[in-house]
Amino acid sequence: MPAVVEMLGITKRFAGFTANDAINLVVEKGEIHALLGENGAGKSTLMNILFGLYQPDEGEIRIREQKVQITDPNMANQLGIGMVHQHFMLVDKFTVTENIVLGAEPRKGVKIDIKKAEQEVQDLSDRYGLKVDPRAKISEISVGMQQRVEILKTLYRGAEIIIFDEPTAVLTPQEINELLEIMHNLVAEGKSIIFITHKLKEIMMAADRCTIIRRGKYIDTVSIESTNVDELAAKMVGRHVTFEVQKTQAEPKQAVLEVNDVVVASNRGVDALKGLSLEVRAGEILGIAGIDGNGQSELIEAITGLRKIKSGSILLNGKQIQNRRPREIIESGVGHIPEDRHKRGLVLDYSIGENMVLQTYYKSPFAKAGVLRYNAIYEYARKLIQQFDVRTPSEFTEARALSGGNQQKGIIAREVDRNPDLLIAAQPTRGLDVGAIEFIHQKLIEQRDAGKAVLLLSLELDEILNVSDRIAVIYEGQIVGVVDPKETDHDELGLLMAGGGKERRGAQT
Amino acid sequence: MNSVNSKWNAILVPVLAVILGMLVGALVMLAMGFNPIRGYELVFQGIFGNAYYLGETLRAVTPLIFAGLAVAFAFRTGLFNIGVEGQFIVGQLAAAWVGISWNLPPVIHAIVAVLVAMVAAGLYAGLAGWLKAKLGVHEVITTIMLNYVALFSSNYVIRTFLKGQSEGTEDIQPSASLTSDFFSSIFDGARLNWGLIIALLFTLLMYWLLWKTTVGYELRSVGFNPHASEYAGMNVSKNIVLSMVISGMLAGAGGAVETLGVYGYMVISAGFTGIGFDGIAVALIGANNPFGVVLGALLFGGFSFGADNMQRVEGIPTESIQIVISMVIYFVAASAIIYRLLGVFRRRRREEVQS
Repeated sequence: MPAVVEMLGITKRFAGFTANDAINLVVEKGEIHALLGENGAGKSTLMNILFGLYQPDEGEIRIREQKVQITDPNMANQLGIGMVHQHFMLVDKFTVTENIVLGAEPRKGVKIDIKKAEQEVQDLSDRYGLKVDPRAKISEISVGMQQRVEILKTLYRGAEIIIFDEPTAVLTPQEINELLEIMHNLVAEGKSIIFITHKLKEIMMAADRCTIIRRGKYIDTVSIESTNVDELAAKMVGRHVTFEVQKTQAEPKQAVLEVNDVVVASNRGVDALKGLSLEVRAGEILGIAGIDGNGQSELIEAITGLRKIKSGSILLNGKQIQNRRPREIIESGVGHIPEDRHKRGLVLDYSIGENMVLQTYYKSPFAKAGVLRYNAIYEYARKLIQQFDVRTPSEFTEARALSGGNQQKGIIAREVDRNPDLLIAAQPTRGLDVGAIEFIHQKLIEQRDAGKAVLLLSLELDEILNVSDRIAVIYEGQIVGVVDPKETDHDELGLLMAGGGKERRGAQT
Repeated sequence: MNSVNSKWNAILVPVLAVILGMLVGALVMLAMGFNPIRGYELVFQGIFGNAYYLGETLRAVTPLIFAGLAVAFAFRTGLFNIGVEGQFIVGQLAAAWVGISWNLPPVIHAIVAVLVAMVAAGLYAGLAGWLKAKLGVHEVITTIMLNYVALFSSNYVIRTFLKGQSEGTEDIQPSASLTSDFFSSIFDGARLNWGLIIALLFTLLMYWLLWKTTVGYELRSVGFNPHASEYAGMNVSKNIVLSMVISGMLAGAGGAVETLGVYGYMVISAGFTGIGFDGIAVALIGANNPFGVVLGALLFGGFSFGADNMQRVEGIPTESIQIVISMVIYFVAASAIIYRLLGVFRRRRREEVQS
């Protein structure tokens, strides 16, 4: 197969460090080529160079064996390079078609020929099996569908080489399978795909070849047929990684958290939790499995006091905490690793040190008579940074400047060190690389072993299966089943997650 | 390293904005057939030319510091207080009322008048904060509207309850005055008064409150990220109201100083003083930093006051200086332009933020 993309000896330096150091990436026509690396390894920089957002300091780029200089994204488009970004760039109030043609509208006189556009979108959708309704509004379709609209946008502009930037980070397990299938359809039609990810399983399932970079350096390009997960992980991280979570049998004791018949309204006013009950005991990790949007977020917000409950009760160590102020609940012994670390977990404009005392800034020794004692704050921050191996230039660095994994480590340090009786971890490893995931799982298990109750919510079934001692499945605002992770599997969980086994799973293939 | 650069830029951008603004102003003067060098020379003479000018410039700068601090304070909590103008008027009125109607010993009378003005203006601004916190009404809308309420109600109150001989209140009692014989004598009779000292005191106080106390930690946290603040157990609504109250208090102190220190009475006014709105620009130039606000106010007040001299001597319209000020604000607001220019100068060691 001829090469469609050749990036040879690409070097890109930013002030002070080298993001890409003589990296090679050769993509053949009709293949899915995975680009694997930890957060901050230089994947995004490399792709931004290919997409014309950055200029390389050294090296050359060849597209279809022609040497090119890609000066801006428009030129990348003209060369047939399209990018499906991790964060979608869609206008919520527009329809699918309107979003797709935006900037390249077919015209009839002075009007946009929306009929023609819709037909073209429909044709493209059918051809690649995307099943997108061209007339649906973006705000009314699922995240998975929105991603397909992004894919259609690149196809509509004639992309031959499509870059997927961490496309599965926002998807449910079912949607991931569907996406991988769509990617196969695309290459079957002669497109070439660059698949940026750090999820090894997906690479094994979907990719043909894989290029690994580590700390800005090119490591290797391997054929998927001749490799395995362990080898890929070792190349990515630079050392051997264990996937099996090491833990002993749980020894659960008294109930720490009791949620009884809780009803909670969602933002849209309908009931998101419809009489949900569950119990988390000291010394165990209860995992909550479920498809996104079945009440997980509302459950956490109800427990932590961020959302009022309509009826039912929530007990912490036997004391009612429902509808109390967040601060009261925090002080009665709840730690919370929030699902969205940028929205809830950190004040990005504060230094990582200031973030370490987000809940405790007003207490001794961090403040005295209402005056902050920065010495004590930063001393404490230094201790946590060291203890939890948060990689940051210093405790004074803005939280914004840290990588996702280190931001998350900072949050975990803060929440764990407050020594709560109940630790809620909502998607604690989302978007993180294997090294960081391993670390975070260890910390959760340490908390369990220290006799704390841990409530783990995750959309990653493997995480739920590996880390939990019991698994509760949430579906439409209720717990529809509690299972033992040693006696269950993906199929049983998937069935429960899709409605309790009463109906067959439609999307499963 | 990044933060060092951003600190450096925080100084460099306003400085370049001033230079660029003056260049544009020079072009305008040239186009009108005047000599810009002579124009600026007269502006600077109008500011520094003699003790009286300097004193009067500082007198004009004083209320701008208060207004700038008020806007900047609210901004630190993520609130856009356009109502500084109205809060300033409330402060003027309250101070005039206390100054005229209460009987207290000297110094104490003045202090009480300033404090009452601060409380009145603080509550007035707090109303907008409360509407935002409880009902989600945007503070820009409410504070703009409350500006008119303040203007016209204060006119009514003066006309009905505090009317003196002309179209304004009586004079305040001497015991409530903030005028300073000391400053007046240094500055050759200029109306510079104790208000400047109060303004600088509040500048320090604002810095201390925002960066050294738990209250400030909460206020800034809510401004940066209300969701995370709520998650961390802070009361977001309380902080919104508190921020507006403190912002209003700063504005009210400015109003009080203007009444007690400069004029000694308050007039029935057909329109706004403009000081509150200028405060927005001052805060912008000062990057919402209290010390930056003082510099912004000096720049803003200095240019405005010095422009009069330019018109008096050479007949160059003061509007050309208004253009300079507007362009400075424009360049600060559109700092991307300046960053691009900096990029040209620094192409060699250009730092890019990694996505």
